[in-house]
Amino acid sequence: MEKIPILRMGEFLLVTIQIDMHDQLALKLQDDLSAAISKNASKGVLIDISSLEMVDSFIGRMVADISGMGRILGAETVLVGMQPAVAITLVELGLSLPGIATALNVERGMALLRRKMDADGADDDQR
Amino acid sequence: MTTSVKSGEAPVRSEHDIVLARQQVRRLAQELKFSLVDQTKMVTAASELARNALVYGRGGTMHWTVLEADGRKGLRLKFADEGPGIANMDLAMTDGWTSGNGLGMGLTGTKRLVNEFEIDSAIGAGTRVTITRWK
Repeated sequence: MEKIPILRMGEFLLVTIQIDMHDQLALKLQDDLSAAISKNASKGVLIDISSLEMVDSFIGRMVADISGMGRILGAETVLVGMQPAVAITLVELGLSLPGIATALNVERGMALLRRKMDADGADDDQR
Repeated sequence: MTTSVKSGEAPVRSEHDIVLARQQVRRLAQELKFSLVDQTKMVTAASELARNALVYGRGGTMHWTVLEADGRKGLRLKFADEGPGIANMDLAMTDGWTSGNGLGMGLTGTKRLVNEFEIDSAIGAGTRVTITRWK
């Protein structure tokens, strides 16, 4: 059975999508990720799509759903590495992925997740 | 005058066929030396229409044609299914509307990705969507 590996890096989860996914595989990733967030009490998810040459509305919806589910489970999602041609196409398709944090690459995505966590920590202190 | 340089077809009967259709369109767009953005647009459009044919049309066929017109080359894709057809075309062509559980960006979004877009459907007579992108 095909599977997209989910790597655990401390409080974060890293997913690198390197193959042209069929729809069931995308849905399976969504399930696997929500299970992994819950099991590891992860605070952040990085999804690296730098190898993806196409993102259609199905994959776009999957990313939006992961981000929404993650938020409910206490994890922020950052989508990283989108190729420029993919970004142009997505916007023309009508999907601007509102509410989804993005970064240019894994390194910047990680930094963004850390900042988000620090900001959350600061909010807690004020309460 | 538009002439057909070569053509072929591929089944759209399973989710795996959607992936194969995308790869076929990518190969053709590369052969035609489309820019990377144009390749991506055509592949994405094909993915949307192939999924529509499978999910709403219960499967169908992708017909592809490499065209030449006045020295310009182009790629035309026709997705034909034998599904229930589209009852209300105006509604189907509205941004954000979906009869299923999609995002409702399929048809209108796809139209924005290509140069030419034609849709022909009737209740009980399936749906045929033809898209063309010129280099």
